[in-house]
Order: sequence, then structure tokens, then C-alpha cells
Amino acid sequence: MNYDVVIVGAGPAGLAAAIRLKQQTPSLSVVVIEKAGAIGGHVISGAVMDPAALDELVPEWRSASGEAEIPVTDDRFFYLSAKKAWPLPALFMPRLMSNHGNFVVSLANICRWLAAHAEALGVEIYPGFAAAELVFDAEGAVIGVATGDVGLDREGRPGESHQPGMELVGCYTVLAEGVRGNLSKQAIARFALAEGAETPKYGIGFKEVWQVEPAQHRPGHIQHSFGWPLPDSTGGGSFLYHGKDNQVTVGFVVHLDYRNPYLSPFEEFQRFKSHPAIRRLLINGTRIAYGARAISEGGFQSVPKLAFPGGVLVGDAAGFVNVPRIKGSHNAVRSGMLVADHLAAALGAGRAADTLLSYDAAWRQSAIGADLYPVRNVKPLWSRFGTLAGIALGGLDMWAHQLFGRSLLGTLRHASADHEALEPAARHRPIAYPAPDGNLTFDRLSSIFLSGVNHREDQPVHLVVADAERQRRNEHDVFGGPSSRYCPAGVYEWIEQPAGPHLQINAQNCIHCKTCDIKDPEQNITWTPPEGGGGPNYANM
Amino acid sequence: MKALVPIKRVADFNARIRVRPDGTGVDLANIKMSANPFDEIALEQAVRLREAGGVSEVIAVSIGSAQCRDVLRSALALGADRAILIRSDLTLEALAIAKLLATLVRAEGIGLAILGKQAIDDDAGQTGQMLAALLGWPQATFASSVELQGASAKVTREVDGGLQTIEVNLPAVITADLRLNTPRFVGLPAIMKAKQKPIEERDAESCGVSLGARLCVLRTEEPPTRKAGVMVKTVADLVDKLRLEAGVL
Amino acid sequence: MAILLLAEHDGSVLLDQTARALAAALEIGSDVDILVAGKDIGAVAETAAGLAGVRTVLKADADDLDHQLPEAIAALVLQLAEGYDTIAAPATSLGKSAMPRVAALLDVMQISDVIAVLAPDTFKRPIYAGNAIQIVQSSDARRVLTVRTSAFAPVAATGAAAIETVAFAPAEARSRFIEEQRGKSARPELGAARIVVSGGRALGSAENFQTRVVALADVLGAAVGASRAPVDEGYAPNDWQVGQTGKIVAPELYIAVGISGAIQHVAGMKDAKTIVAINSDANAPIFQYADYGLVGDLFELVPQLTAALAQTRS
Ligand SMILES: Cc1cc2nc3c(=O)[nH]c(=O)nc-3n(C[C@H](O)[C@H](O)[C@H](O)COP(=O)(O)OP(=O)(O)OC[C@H]3O[C@@H](n4cnc5c(N)ncnc54)[C@H](O)[C@@H]3O)c2cc1C
Ligand code: SF4
Repeated sequence: MNYDVVIVGAGPAGLAAAIRLKQQTPSLSVVVIEKAGAIGGHVISGAVMDPAALDELVPEWRSASGEAEIPVTDDRFFYLSAKKAWPLPALFMPRLMSNHGNFVVSLANICRWLAAHAEALGVEIYPGFAAAELVFDAEGAVIGVATGDVGLDREGRPGESHQPGMELVGCYTVLAEGVRGNLSKQAIARFALAEGAETPKYGIGFKEVWQVEPAQHRPGHIQHSFGWPLPDSTGGGSFLYHGKDNQVTVGFVVHLDYRNPYLSPFEEFQRFKSHPAIRRLLINGTRIAYGARAISEGGFQSVPKLAFPGGVLVGDAAGFVNVPRIKGSHNAVRSGMLVADHLAAALGAGRAADTLLSYDAAWRQSAIGADLYPVRNVKPLWSRFGTLAGIALGGLDMWAHQLFGRSLLGTLRHASADHEALEPAARHRPIAYPAPDGNLTFDRLSSIFLSGVNHREDQPVHLVVADAERQRRNEHDVFGGPSSRYCPAGVYEWIEQPAGPHLQINAQNCIHCKTCDIKDPEQNITWTPPEGGGGPNYANM
Repeated sequence: MKALVPIKRVADFNARIRVRPDGTGVDLANIKMSANPFDEIALEQAVRLREAGGVSEVIAVSIGSAQCRDVLRSALALGADRAILIRSDLTLEALAIAKLLATLVRAEGIGLAILGKQAIDDDAGQTGQMLAALLGWPQATFASSVELQGASAKVTREVDGGLQTIEVNLPAVITADLRLNTPRFVGLPAIMKAKQKPIEERDAESCGVSLGARLCVLRTEEPPTRKAGVMVKTVADLVDKLRLEAGVL
Repeated sequence: MAILLLAEHDGSVLLDQTARALAAALEIGSDVDILVAGKDIGAVAETAAGLAGVRTVLKADADDLDHQLPEAIAALVLQLAEGYDTIAAPATSLGKSAMPRVAALLDVMQISDVIAVLAPDTFKRPIYAGNAIQIVQSSDARRVLTVRTSAFAPVAATGAAAIETVAFAPAEARSRFIEEQRGKSARPELGAARIVVSGGRALGSAENFQTRVVALADVLGAAVGASRAPVDEGYAPNDWQVGQTGKIVAPELYIAVGISGAIQHVAGMKDAKTIVAINSDANAPIFQYADYGLVGDLFELVPQLTAALAQTRS
């Protein structure tokens, strides 16, 4: 099938691009494919959303989507010790951190609403189909994508009603896959888009939704914390957003440049909830949702070139996340709109399959650049000086921007790629995490149960270990098998057998967070798209 | 012979449903909705029968809100020839559904109705049998294999503790059990094509049957959670407990 | 408040589901008649008459009722329906097939799978595969229901009801019985078995699975199940898997051998009436669901159990 624009991924970035294209030029043919079985099924975000971009794209979202109901009314920041929570005075907070005017939303629900809006404008949207490959023309330009086969068996042989993938050809292809997209990764490598940019950085973000007692619920109240239970040398922190219907989002981010291979981000999150200040809120509540997803943390200096022959990167695929604010959805929408404007102009001029240099040139001067540039040093400072000093210095740097309009430090570099950060297990001791109590804290399997994750069983394992022997020698023997700890879904299990350790991959549990693709010390694990429709089935994430 | 396959739109098999804290039902907001899996098996069977020549046309019908168009599109993509939406925003019970289906069967001159054995939301498992009764047709429930033989169908049924084979005169109602078949994969081209096909619509109110609910759901509750029992020390203790206390041996 | 209850039998023996459904019927009202329909079912009717609390047994013995095809059974029940305001059957293949026909022709909405009687017109029933329970009240003048028998304890066999013969006036039959393969394999079907023995990863190999789990199942006449790990690792076939993505079972007795009790497995067996767990890890989650837990090495305990049961059974 031929289209003017093929968009991969129905997150905020892809949907904003689709809507804006139709607003600009209604006659354009635009298709969006999405690997989740239903729109929003793989979208997970806090989320406190800065509404400016959506207001510009579809102002009626406020009245029609039902998601603009909870404005942020009370915004706190804490440093946690094991027993205490120390509030940071609002006075110290740079304006760049303000949440005034933002809303507590479900980003997945916003995507559902945006998708319906896009379809009404004539966009074709096909959930349940993953883009598995880029399609190139003879000159090597991207001319679209191909969906994966369905109905292959575990060994990759076509089964009874096997359906081959299908090519979707477009004048331009928009990769809106979110963080660490499999096609984005290929495009970045093939077209050397990362050249000149800092190495990308990531975190893993967890989210649970809790139904709390009405007396504990304060709609519009949000808080963030750093400190306990993470050691000062490990970056990360928590978020807690009171939304609608007595529901509270509790989330936790661990920066993936952590060094101790025994660290378990999942268990740090579970432990975090047992802090007296959090336990109080949740203890008589019920956990109703769980999910995890990597989050882009490289910021301004890690953004790669965004245009390549025939295609572009938008949203988190481009790395447009404001790290200190843990916010990317507003930039996802903005980048979708920005690229749509440039695409509409190019298509209007009869162009196709060339490099959209104007988009790459425009983002730094756009609202996206203005959002990311002033906070660009926070993450490097944090990584370099540890949590306490890093946050203080990062805060100072943001103040410098606020007061003098520039940083005192220039632009700091990121130390190294996240997969290089792990130290051999021999240098660390295993961490004894408390056993889950089944009430406030849980194990992985009961957690992913809530995510509704499923994959058809008889299909090739979509987590591809390039070299099993190397995985054993390196990941297991040197690093003590961190995959069994960093994976938020219990996909990886090292089983000690008489014949030696064996990596069991429970691929059907995978919630598509992409952490293994990022953190595996030898980059030996590649996340590839499973059969469309597989993965989590998030409802209100 | 025309075959009719009703398709119910239900919470997806993988979705985690949750009882609303106030007991007013189950919270379905924003969860993925799909065709009832047993209905897909029924549809696959109808399509296979058409492919084998015994059935001339497969009509998929869904009864409910406008959103049911989604499951009808999937039905068209899987191979239904036509799709009909009987619109109603009421919560319809099996009896009302069976009455609506009976009017459609008569209007369309249907010779075979294949239904799922039950819907995975209300788990009532009645519609097919009710439809058969209202039409005065024979039925073959819980089918695990179906063979058309001219004026009759030979059906193997999954009954308690075994299999039973019966023969039913056509026209008849068959309800599909899990092992009847595995529905085929639907590719993107089929879905794109299905998007172009029309969905015929009628209004449930104008079908001339009574739709009123007979059951009133007073409350919806969480199922009781299991509590840990006792630890026994020895195998002999265990056998004693099972025999004397639990009475299950 | 007269109630008509359809008996469940296999042509020669009254099945225990009848005594359980009778318990439910007696919670609705005290005038319960049991209908025994079939061919040459005198002995079945006798047994039914012996159930405590039965008012009368109605015996319909006719060639056309042989094999209890639902069309005939439904027609017979309708013939008798006049005198009853509640018509019930156990939720068995027969009850589930015949009762909706009865309900439709009485213009009544059936209540399926009743698990508790709250009032003569108000019942509890599971929806969403037991993940929620609905309390429903019927506004129909007559109630038609099926009863989930595992939710009720059977009444005792201490009655002595009168047996009345009822005539059956068959209509032209449009369905015919051809053959039946009951218990084709010696092993009952996983989904319908009264006892299930399941094994988990701790078994470690196909051979251990056979000599431990399957051997225990054999002495119990039980179906064999498995958690996901043995299926994934290839030492138990796919269709043995119990759980969220496998089968959902609700046997009277479920024995979990070397199974950790991940929620995905528990989702498939938590409705079992009695759960036994054997596991060497005293902290395994399975013990939170088990009625009887036995901590220890399965390779020692399971053969002991198998031997002990073989002894009591012989
Ligand atoms: C825990 C957490 C908390 C966050 N909190 C906030 C917050 O409070 N506020 C905020 O503004 N931002 C927050 N963010 C960031 C925000 O969620 C992201 O910036 C935003 O979702 C990016 O949008 P996107 O459209 O680029 O990508 P995504 O939202 O990731 O969407 C990408 C879509 O593409 C699909 N896709 C990917 N690959 C393929 C493929 N090959 N084929 C087909 N489909 C594909 C995916 O399934 C997905 O639906 C948070 C992120 C995390 C992880
Ligand atoms: S396997 Fe990889 S992508 Fe999947 S949940 Fe685990 S870490 Fe995330």
C-alpha cells in the first residue's frame, strides 16, 4: 500500500504528527501502525502533562477527552532518608521545575482520544501490527516499513495460517516508536545519525496505579522525591501523582547507568513504597495497575540527527525528554507537529524520500530546544557527583539559566553509555531485598499479571541473544546475571544446571520496556518486535 | 445455505477486569475490547464451511452500541461476507439477543447459525440454545467438530467426561467449543480491505421484540480470596486430612 | 414455591451433582421434585428418591429420552413446568444445553451457574471466569436456573420420597444420537476432572514428571496438569498447562507438586475446592493458597504419597 506518510507508533508523537498533517493538507494519505493490540495499550507515562502543545494542536482536548480534569494544585519535592522525608522549600525550586498549569493525566487515554480524533480526520490507524523492518529503495533511502509475519512457530517456520508481513510504502516515514525503537535504532546506525551527539542515556521507569482510601486522596497533589532507597551513587527518584477517582500513580525511575549488577530496579521501587511517608498513603489501598518502560535521559546533547533519506525521528525516539522534570509528552506532541509542518511543505513541493534537513535544523530553535537546553547539565551533574551534590549543582545551573539566561558550565558531556556502567559482580555484594508482603510490595509475576501481558506462545522468541556462549561468559560469569534483576517482568532467568548456567527467556512476559536492549553489558541482547498485538495491555497508564 | 454468526464485543481475554469499588459493576473504562473468542471460533468454522462449499454466505451480526463496528470489521477481515450491526445502547440479556437473532434468521433465510458456546464476560452460555428453541430448531452445543452432510450436520460435542457425536437436521444451531478450530491469523491487507466494506445497520427497537431486562444486578463483588490453610508434617497426616477433613479421597 | 430439579445421571447411576444441586434447590424452597428422565432409569429414580428433602421423584422413562438429548429433555420439562415456579438443573453439559431452551420457551431469562441462593429470586453467580461475582434478582414470574454444583455440599441419602411416573409425548426428533466416547482415555479430561495433579519446574525433567506426577495421578485416577515452566522446557505437553494462558480448572482436589504458585498459574486453579501444595521452599507463594501444605523434598514425599494412596485405594 502506498501513502504520503507512514507513521510508526501511535504514541503522542506519532498521533500528533498524523493529526497535524491532516490539518495542514487534508488530502494527504496518512497511515499509523501500532504494535499494541489497541491504541494506548503500550503507552505508559506518569503523567503530569504540560498542556501547551496539545492546546495548540487540538484545543478541544480539554473539554472532550476527559483528561483535563485534574490540574496540579500542590507540588512538593522531598529528599528521603530511610525513615524521614525532608521537604525542599518551594523557594529553592527553579522556575524550570514548576508544574503550574499542568494536568495529572493518563497519557494512554489521551492517545486513545487523539487516535479517534485522527481517524475522524481520515488518518488510517492499524493497531496490532508492528513495524519489523525498514524498506529501502535502490538508492538506500527509506521508502516505508514492513510489518512482521504472523503465524510463525517457535522455530520460525510458517504455521498453518501464516500471514506474511506487508509493506507500507510512503513518500516519508516517521519513526515515532518512543524510547529505543527497534527501527529507530537501525536508522540511527545505518545513517550514522548519532555522529557528533553525546551517547544516549536512559532510565527505567516503573508505574503503579493505586486505588486509595478517599480520606487519603488529594486530587491535583503531586510530589517527587530522591534519596532512599537508592544509594547516593545511583541516580533516580520517585513520583507520586493524585489523579481522578481516588487513584494515585506511584512511580519510580532508576537511571540505567547504575554500576552494581546486583541492584534490582524493580525491588528498589517495591522497597520505596515501604517508606513511612508512602506506606501511610497506600497501606489500605489496592494496587490496580503495573507497568514499566525505559525513559530517555540523554537530553539536549544526546539528540541525534533527526532526518535521514526518506524518514525522520520524533518524540522519545529522538530523545526529547526533559530529564529533571521527567516529562517528554509535551515535546512528543510538539515534535510531531513540527515535523508535520515540514513534511506538509515538502510534500506540497512534490518532494519524496529525501532528507528533511529543515526539520533537523528547526528543533533547537523551537519550543523543544527552549525546553531542553536550559536543563541539559542536570543529568551529567547527577551522574558525576551523585544524587545529593548532583541535584544541588543541577539546581544551581538551572538558577543560573533563570537569572542570567545561561549556564555557568557550558554543555557537559555524558560519561559513558549505560551498558558500560556495570562493574563486575566480584566488586559488589548481593543486595538482600525484603520479601514482598503481597499487600504493599509484590513480586514481578504478580505485578505483570496486572499489565495484562501476553504473547502468542508458539512464535519465535523476540528477545534475540546474538551469542549464547558469550552471554554466559560475560553477563553471567562476569556480571552475575543482571538481566534477571533489571528486567521488570522476570523475562530472564539464569538457571543453574548440571551442564552449566542456562538463560531461560520467558518472552511471553515481556512488557516491551526495552531495558535489556539498553543495559545488557555486551549489547548482545536485541529487542525485536514480536507478533503484532503481543505485549502488555495497559488500560489507564 | 446461509450461515449466521453472532459476534459479541467483550473485554479482551488478556485484559484485567476490576470490580468497581462501589460494587456497581465491573470497570471497563479504557480496557481493550475484542470479539468474544468463542465467537471467533464460530466464525472461523462458518468460513471453513463456506470454503468447503457447504455454506454459500457467512453473515456476521453484532448487537450493541456503535463501537461493535470494530468487531464486525474484524469479522469481515477474517472472512465474513456481510456484517450487520443491530444497534442498541441497552444492556441486552441473552433472551433479548436470541429474540433479535431469531428475527434476523427469519428475515435472511438462514440455514445454519453458529455461535460461541458462551461469552467470556457474563459467562451465561444461553444464547445459542435459546435461539434454537425460539426457532424450533435442533441444536448441537459445545461442538468440537462439525461435518455437513446434505440436509443434516454431524457434530461431535464436548460433554462432561467425554465426547458425544450427534446428528442434527438442518436448519440448526451449533455452539462452538474451544477445540473446534484455531481461528486463522488476519493479515493487514484483509483488515484494510474490510475497512472498505459496508456494515448494514438496523435498530434493535424496530425489530418488534421485547428487549426489557429480566434480571436486575443488585451488586457486583470481588470473588472471595483464598486463605492459606494448614501445614501438615507428614504424608500420613496429609492423607488423613484429605480423607477425614476435606472428604475428597 | 414448588421447585422442579432435573436429575443428572449417566443412564444407570445418579450422579452426585444431583444431590448438590438439590442442596441449592432446598435453599430456595422446601417442595422440591426431582425429574429423572431417560430410558430404563428405574434404579436412578430409586436413588433420587433416597435423597433427603425430596418431595416427589418424577420418573419419565421413554425410548425417546434415551441419551437425554436436550431437545427432548427441554420438551419434557416444559410439559411439567406448569406446576413449578422454579426450574433448576445442575450446570452440567445436559443442564447447560437443555435449560436455556426451557427458559426461552417460557419467556424467562435463565440464571446460569448459581453459586449461592440469597432469596428465592436472588442469586450469586460468577462472571468473567470467576473474577467477579454478580448478585442478580430475577423479575420473571418463573425462574430457570443452573447450579454450579461444586459450590454446594450434597444432601444426605436419608430420604424416602414417592416416585411418580410421568408420560412423555415426544415430538418429531430432529437430532439423533450417534455415539459416545466417555472417558475415552483412562485419564479424565483436565478441564472436567475431579482430581488434578500438577507438576512444576522442580520436577526438572520429563522422566521425573512421569515417575512422580503422572504416577501419583494414576493412583488417583486424576488428570495431569503442569505450570508453565515444564511446558516451556518441553517436559510436559502444551495442553497440560494450567493457568492464565492454559486451562482454568476447578476440581475438587488439586495437588500442586513443585509449583511455586505464580499468580499466572494460580489464576487457573484457585477455584479448586481443596488445594494441596508440596514444595521444598516454605516461602513459596503456593502455600498462601493451599488448604494443606507439605514442605519437603518432592522426590521423597510424592512417592510416599503415591504409595500411601495406592494402599488406601486397594
Ligand atoms: C515511568 C514514566 C513516567 C513518565 N512521566 C511523564 C510525565 O509525568 N510527563 C510527561 O510529559 N512525560 C512523562 N514521561 C515521558 C513520556 O511518557 C514520553 O515522553 C512520551 O510517551 C513519548 O511519546 P512518544 O510518542 O515519543 O513515544 P511512546 O509514548 O513511547 O509511544 C510510542 C508508540 O509506538 C509504538 N511502537 C514502538 N515501536 C513500534 C514498532 N516497531 N511498530 C509499531 N509500533 C511501535 C509503541 O507501542 C507506542 O505505542 C514518562 C515516561 C515514563 C517511562
Ligand atoms: S525482556 Fe527486555 S524489553 Fe522485555 S520487559 Fe524485560 S527488559 Fe523489558
